[in-house]
Formats: sequence, C-alpha cells, structure tokens
Amino acid sequence: MSVLSVEQLHTRLGKLHLVDGVSLHINAGETFALLGESGCGKSMTALSIMRLLPEVAHISSGQVMLQGEDILQLPESAMRKVRGGKIGMIFQEPMTSLNPVLTVGEQITETLRRHTDTPTKTHHQQAADLLSAVGIPDAVRRLGDYPFQLSGGMKQRVMIAMTLAGNPEVLIADEPTTALDVTIQAQVLRLLREIQQQRGMAMLLITHDLGVVSEMAHQVGVMYAGELVEVAPRDAFFTQPAHPYSQKLFAALPQRNLNKLANITGSVPALDTVFVGCRFASRCDSAFALCHERPPEWTTLGQGHRARCHLLAQAQSVTVTLTPALNTVAAIGSEAVLVVDDLRVHYPLKRVWLSSHTPMLKAVDGVSFSLHGAETLALVGESGCGKTTIGKAILQLQHATAGRVLLDGVDLAALTPRALRQQRAYMQMIFQDPYSSLNPHLRVQVILTEGMQALGMKVDMADLRYLLAQVGLPDDALTRYPHEFSGGQRQRIAIARALAVRPKLIICDEPTSALDVSVQAQIINLLKDLQIKLKVSYLFITHNLPVADYLAHRIAVMYLGRIVEIGRNDEIMQHAAHPYTLALLAAVPSLTRGQGDVRLLSNEIASAAHPPTGCHFHPRCPQAMAICRQQYPRMTQISPTHFVHCHLLSPQ
Amino acid sequence: MMPVVLWTDALIYLLVISMALMLYFQPADGQLREALRRLYQNKMGIITGWILLMFTLLALLDSLHYRPVLPDSPTPQYSIEVMSALDAVLQPLRAHNEKTYSAPLAQHLYVKENVTLANGLVVRDYPRLNIAQTPQPEVSVLLLRGTSWGMAAILLIWLVMRLFHVRHTMGAGSWVLIIVLLGTMLLISLAGHYHILGTDKVGQDVLYSTLKSIRTGLLIGTLTTLIMLPFAVLMGISAGYFGGWLDDVIQYIYTTLNAIPSVLLIAAAVLMMQVYIETHPALFDSSAARTDFRLLFLCIIIGVTNWTGLCRLLRGETLKLRELDYVQAARAFAVSDMRIMLRHILPNLFHLILISVVMDFSGLVLAEAVLSYVGVGVDPAMQSWGNMINAARLEMAREPVVWWPLVAAFSFMFTLVLAANLFADSVRDAFDPKGHA
Repeated sequence: MSVLSVEQLHTRLGKLHLVDGVSLHINAGETFALLGESGCGKSMTALSIMRLLPEVAHISSGQVMLQGEDILQLPESAMRKVRGGKIGMIFQEPMTSLNPVLTVGEQITETLRRHTDTPTKTHHQQAADLLSAVGIPDAVRRLGDYPFQLSGGMKQRVMIAMTLAGNPEVLIADEPTTALDVTIQAQVLRLLREIQQQRGMAMLLITHDLGVVSEMAHQVGVMYAGELVEVAPRDAFFTQPAHPYSQKLFAALPQRNLNKLANITGSVPALDTVFVGCRFASRCDSAFALCHERPPEWTTLGQGHRARCHLLAQAQSVTVTLTPALNTVAAIGSEAVLVVDDLRVHYPLKRVWLSSHTPMLKAVDGVSFSLHGAETLALVGESGCGKTTIGKAILQLQHATAGRVLLDGVDLAALTPRALRQQRAYMQMIFQDPYSSLNPHLRVQVILTEGMQALGMKVDMADLRYLLAQVGLPDDALTRYPHEFSGGQRQRIAIARALAVRPKLIICDEPTSALDVSVQAQIINLLKDLQIKLKVSYLFITHNLPVADYLAHRIAVMYLGRIVEIGRNDEIMQHAAHPYTLALLAAVPSLTRGQGDVRLLSNEIASAAHPPTGCHFHPRCPQAMAICRQQYPRMTQISPTHFVHCHLLSPQ
Repeated sequence: MMPVVLWTDALIYLLVISMALMLYFQPADGQLREALRRLYQNKMGIITGWILLMFTLLALLDSLHYRPVLPDSPTPQYSIEVMSALDAVLQPLRAHNEKTYSAPLAQHLYVKENVTLANGLVVRDYPRLNIAQTPQPEVSVLLLRGTSWGMAAILLIWLVMRLFHVRHTMGAGSWVLIIVLLGTMLLISLAGHYHILGTDKVGQDVLYSTLKSIRTGLLIGTLTTLIMLPFAVLMGISAGYFGGWLDDVIQYIYTTLNAIPSVLLIAAAVLMMQVYIETHPALFDSSAARTDFRLLFLCIIIGVTNWTGLCRLLRGETLKLRELDYVQAARAFAVSDMRIMLRHILPNLFHLILISVVMDFSGLVLAEAVLSYVGVGVDPAMQSWGNMINAARLEMAREPVVWWPLVAAFSFMFTLVLAANLFADSVRDAFDPKGHA
C-alpha cells in the first residue's frame, strides 16, 4: 500500500505543459527520486502535489492520493492541514526559506502550534528535541538564535526540524543539498536517511545529481520535458539504465576512465512544444522514423522497471555510442606561464579609526603555485576557502595584500596601470553564472569586441565568425542579445569573449556549476578541445572533484585560504595524503558505492575570520594530534610533484 | 513686431534641437532605431506619445515670444506687453474678458449685479456676458458645425494622402489623430461664442489660462529634471562605482542636504532672489523677463534640493551592479572606468532613472502648487496650474461653489501626468531587449 500515489497528473500554465501525465507511487519508508535536468517539471510535480503552484498555473487533471484520499479534491482549509502536517517540504535554498527576523525556536513552534494538539507549554521542549534530533548540539540555546547566526548546513537542518514538527507521512525534498558543500551535503543526506528510517516516512527526493540518487533512492524516476521516461528500482537503474536519456545522463558524468564526455546535443525542449513523437527524439542518437511519428508507450523491462522508448518496445537494447577517445594529451609546456608566490589577500573586517590593530579576514593566506603552458590546474575546496579570491587577485581585479603574481615572468602587481593594460590580453576569466556575466543590454557582437577594442586590437568580422565557430555558435548569434540564448550557449559566449583577445591563461571560476549535467559535459568538452587547439592554460576553480579530476592535470586542494595539498591528478584522486582531501573525496556521492558507511566530517567549515590555531583543519580532523592545535604544519614533499601540509606526514 | 527671447525659451529650444540632433546622429549600432520601432508598435506608447506631443507643441508655441507693434504710431512702437505665438492663436479666447466668474457655457455672469434695463429701471440680476452680447448660436448647432469641420479636415487629409499615393494603415496613432482633430474643431467652433470652461475671478477665460499653464508645468517638470539628473546620475554612479573616500564625500553631501527642510531652503533662496530682482530692475526689460527669471530660478533651486533621492537609489544599485560578473569581465579587459560606467552601468540603471524622473515630474507640478501657496512659487502673474489650484482654495469655500477652474487645472494636469507615466512605461519596455524575443 503506497502512502502517496500520483496518477496521471497534468499541470498546465497557459500553453505550457509543466507536468504531463506523471504517475508515481511511494511506499512508507521508501525514497522515490525524481531525476532530470532543469526545466523538466520536477519541482512543478512537487508543487502540484502540495497544491502550491503559482496562481497562473493549474492542475488540469489527475489524482494525488495520500493514504487513499485524493487531496486534489480537498477544500483549501483542509489542504492547509495537509501541508506541513501530513506532507512536509524542504526547499533548495536554506538561506531564503527561513525568516531572518524570527528566531529558530519561534519558527519551529509556529509549525507545532498549527499541526499538533499538544499544549503550548510543551512546545519549547518539543522544538529543542527536534533540533537535537536533526543533530544540532546545544539545542536549547540554539532555539534563541536567528538564522544569520547559523551556517548553511545548520539552516538546512533547522529547515528539516521544522518540517518534522508537523510529523509528516510524506517528505518532499526539492534539491535539499544543491546549495551546500559536498562535506555538508553528505551530512545532510545521512541525516535525511536516518530520520526517514526512524519515522518510516515516504520521501520524494528531487535532484539532478545522479550521485545523490544513488546514495538515497529506493526507486528512481527520470523526468524529461514534463513526463516520466523511465521508472526503475535503484539497483536496476544503476546497473542497467534503459532509456537513451538515462544512459546519456550517465555518460555525461565526468569519470576518469573516459577521455571524452558524451555530448547530449541541444537542450531540453520548451514546454509549449507540441510533441508528435518521442520527446527525446531530437536529441537521441538512436532515433529512427517511428520516434518522430508516435509517442512511445511504457515498456516493462523487469520487476518495477519500465521505460518509454520505441527501441525497448521492439526488444532491442539501447547502448549509447560514445565518441571514440581523442588523443587528449596536450603537450604541457616546459615554461611556467603563471607563477604565484606567497599570495595574500586580507580584508579589514571593520574599519577602526586611528588604530593599527584592525581585525583582518585572511581570505588568501600565503598561496604559491605555478602553472605551465597548456596545463590545467584545478583549485578545489569548499565555499569560502578563498578560491575565487585567488582568481581575482591574479587578474588584479582584487588588490593583493602581499605576494607576487608573475605572468610570463612579469610581476603584475608592480606594473603601472598602463603596462598592466598590455598584460590584460594574456589572461582572462570565465565566470560561474552565465546569466550575470553578460550585459543584457549589449549584442553578442559588442560583448565579443569590447575587450578587443579596449586592448587596441583590430576587430575583423571574419575573426569574430571564426571565434563563434570555435565555441560552436551560429554566425547569426552576433546580432542577438544574451537573453535569447540558453545557459549553455551563454557560457559559450563567455568563453568566446575570453578567447577573443587570445589569452595564454584563462581562469575558469566554476564555469559549469550553474549548468545541467548534459550541458556541463558540452562545456567541459569544449574547454578541453580548445586547450588542445590553442595551447591555453587553465586555472580551473571548482568544488566539484569529479570535474577537476576529469579536466585537470594537477589539483590543488584549499582549506581556509591555504593550499593543503597539491599534486598530479592521479596523486590526489588515488593517493591523497591529507585527511581533508580524503574527506572531500569520501563526501562525493558515488554511483557505485552502497548506501551508508561513509567516513564523514562532523563539523562545519570554520570561519576564515577566526581560523583555528595551529593546523586550520584540526577541529574537523579525525586524526588530530596535540601538535596540530599548536603549529601550522610545514610542507612535506611526497613525490616530485606531490606536496602536502600535514603533521601526520611530516618527518619529525 | 519684435521677437523676445526669454531664458527659458532659449533652454527649451536648445533641448528640442539637441534631441533632434541626437535622433539624427544616432549611434551606428541601431539600438535606438530599434527601440523607436518597438515604441511605435506599442499601442499605449503611440497614444500617450501623441498626447504628450500635443502638450509639447502647445508649450513650444507658447515659447515663441514677441512684442507686437502698437497700432497708430508714426514710427514703429512696440507694446510693453510680451505676447507669445500661442496668444495669437488663442486670440478669440482672449477677446472677451468678463467682469468675474461665469460657469462653463453660460450666458450670464455667476453673480448678481445691478443691471440697468433699457427702460432705465435698475434691477438686481445676473448680467449678460460680454461674449453673449451678440446673438449666440445654440451649443448643439456649434457642436454639429465643429464635427462637420472635423470630418471635412479628415477627409481632406485622406484625399491628399490618396493623391500622393501615401500608403497607410489605420493604427492607434491615426485614431488618436482623428480624435484630436475632431476635438480641436469642436473647441474652435465653440470657443468663438462661449467660454467653454467658464471664466475665473477676473473674468479671464479658464480654457485660455489652462492652456497657458501647460508651458509652466512642462518647464518646471523638464528643466528641474534636467538640472537634477546630472547631479543624481553622475554622483550616484561614481559614488557606487568608485566607493572609498568619494563615496563618503557624496554621501555626506546628500545627507547634509537632506537634513535641511527643502521648503525652507527653497523659500529662503526664492526670497533672496526676489530681493535681488527688485534691487536690480535694470536687468529686466519687461515684466515677462522678470517672471521668467523667477521661474528659471525656481527650477534650479528645486532641482538642487531634489536630486538626493535618485542619487541614493542609483548609488545603491551601482554598488550591486559593480560586483556583477560582466563588470568584472570588462575590468579584466582593461576597459576604462568611464566606459564601464557608460556602457555597463548606465544602461542597466536606465529603467530606474526613467521611472523616478516621471514620478518626480508629477511631484514637481504639485510642488509648484504647494510653493505658490506658501508664496514662494512662480510669480503670481504667471499662468500656472499651481496658481489656479491655489486660487481654488477660496473658490471652493464660497457659496455657490466655483468648481470649474479647479476641475480644468486638475484634468489637464491629470492627463499630462498620466500620459507621461504610461509613456515612460512604454519607453522603458522599448529599451529593454528582454521583453521582445
């Protein structure tokens, strides 16, 4: 008997089919993961179940049965009891889902008042119990805290506690960990799993991350363009995904034994498209005539495993053909293009008048590395560790407090503004968010030529067209505005803009983290191809270890403004020495590892404003010793290319 | 006649010429042309644009000043009174001055007076209006006549267009034009025989003074904005973009300015200026020049006290924009600060500037009324909606109520401000590349 069962749910917004005939069943104690790229209708499915759709959208047909009762038929007053009561929901962004002017306790007791019959006097105690249940230490004191006093992971825990206050039967988690760092993500996922088991809740987990699905789900549903295309038990899905789209999703994941990621060309179709045949046909390599004529029906492949695909209906198995591996080894130059020597960026925390003792935030605290021609160095770390600040300090967009940045042997900080302008052509940056990195008021042509003009280069239309062709954009893109392009295409424009001035070094600041998996694969492939062709060096800033592993020749791991370990790609990924690197690697949700049994970091990342004494990592380190609390470890060389800062490894 | 160029006339024509030049020598990227095309496709934009254009034309006509030749003098002698082209056009409205109030389309005065009848008897009655001394046609006849004139004019235009093979499709703009033509003809046919909107306390036609007030209202709105904008935009953007000590200085300036009650500041400045005018009569050769100078000074002083709000808004928004990736990217390309501000920051502030300027516009017209009430507004001799509203205080308090001057001023002001607001919306949409795929 399923707790929540959705039958043929259709949600429409004008002409848009947001959700198109979705059916799913979740049993008590089970997790159903809804997987898909953005714009596939995952969140809309969840909002339809909660009946929290935006006003312009409406559910046109279907049933949502909660313990045998169709909640779509309930009056709004009864629905309010269901929301937060029988069905709880956790949102993606913990920063905005808590009210900043109310204390944590007030927000939890609010739910208790609404959804429980217990006397008001006990609510305070209940709230404290809930907070300790979600693993927040010192719960009674924390009740009086305001959201700004909590870290992101803590806020998400509070959010979970609030949801639990209504004692729900069904928990809907909409990308609950997407905004969190990997180490925190692992903690929150484990907490969700434990709570679900204790309470026997049914959970609908919405995510785009295959790793998260693998760690959490019992059942998997893959959504594409508003409909489910494959439903399978976890094990069946991960051993043999059936639908071409599911297979492509797997192939698009960066993995170290693949030389080139599968390109799912194009992007998710617009929701107002009138589909004649299969929705995926236009992006599918195996599509044949029938796919464009008739929508496929469900084909049952095994116990609880079905997919919509004409090929499967004809009892053919689908295998995604992977592009043959290119010779991707670009010869790394022998000369260092970039040398960063003891770079420091300190911010004053507050201005103190006429005082020499200004408290400083050490965003970057003595970082040194070098980067050779046509080489990629990945800078990896949790948010707030100073990765982006390093990038900006290298580009001289951020004033460095101390240290040197040598580009081809020229010390950038020592240059006059005029001389620095000459050097700007050699280094460029690609930003994380392709939506804020392009001025919406300028045409693509102006965007591309701006840098060339500012640096006094000649602008030639033929060059511009060649540039667009290089990044895989059509010629007519020149006269269009950024908003006419999708996220992936915008990132291509941003790449073209950087390439326009023929730089030797490109700093890539999380260029794929705002993109979907399939688009991420396109961009990563593009970056790799460009490196081979143009011999450009990348400083690749990311928090995503698999991407770093796939793209980088060397990886540097940062913690609180310092590099704790640096080494060749394989040295870091397979023979990591620093406990922090190990923890980061362990926290990455894995497709192959079973659920549970992961060594997790227990604490939150410390603040860079008040770094711990000694080794910054010691409060979170499982192997911390006495010396770790007193002294920052010196650099230890493990191999000619592998260096680490850790007392465990230093020869006494 | 002798042309007279007042200060505000010069400024207003300078503005018109510079706008025309800007349209003629527009940037090569075609963004402006495209925006104008989009504006032309927007129904609301067309309608309100036409209305604003009518107001502007009236104001421009009213800004062509001259001194007419006095009749019956052997050598050319010029009248001391400065007239404008609009006065000449509106001569029929000026021709019949009554003694005092009369209701719209009335034939008799609004107050009883001793009237000497033909037989020498004196009775207390509503005397006949000056305009009604000659026999008046019925209002309905005049309406009919006006409509047929209008139809004839439209037909004529249509014929001319056919004759010269001008291709044209009927759009919102044509309808507005037709309505305006019809309305004008109706007004013309009525105005010769009736006071359409009645007369005011001194017997002046209210329609005339309302039309004359358009120039004052538009001037206060545009000139003040023009004086205010450079302060607000330049200071707001540079404070937000550069930060540091410059930001501190600008912030101190506007908080200080904000701390002084602006009415007090304006009153002090205007009173000082009044004294200056009175002690230097040689500087002004006519009373028109005096009132005009006072208007200009009022615009300047309101502008100087009014820029802080917009400046603060722009500073905050620039602080946000400065951190955006495309600004960082431009800095990484060594694009100069000036260019970044002009190209990346200003266009993205455009909607804010436009909205707050239009909002201010209506506020300014109202501020003029308030200042006139305090006695530091425009010269009492000047036609302005503020002065009309100010006079309405007494008119509303008397029994029976004299309502028409207030209604006339109010409805003209309302039309202007509403049209300006809606037009600004359309302009903003037209310049936003996102709204149109």
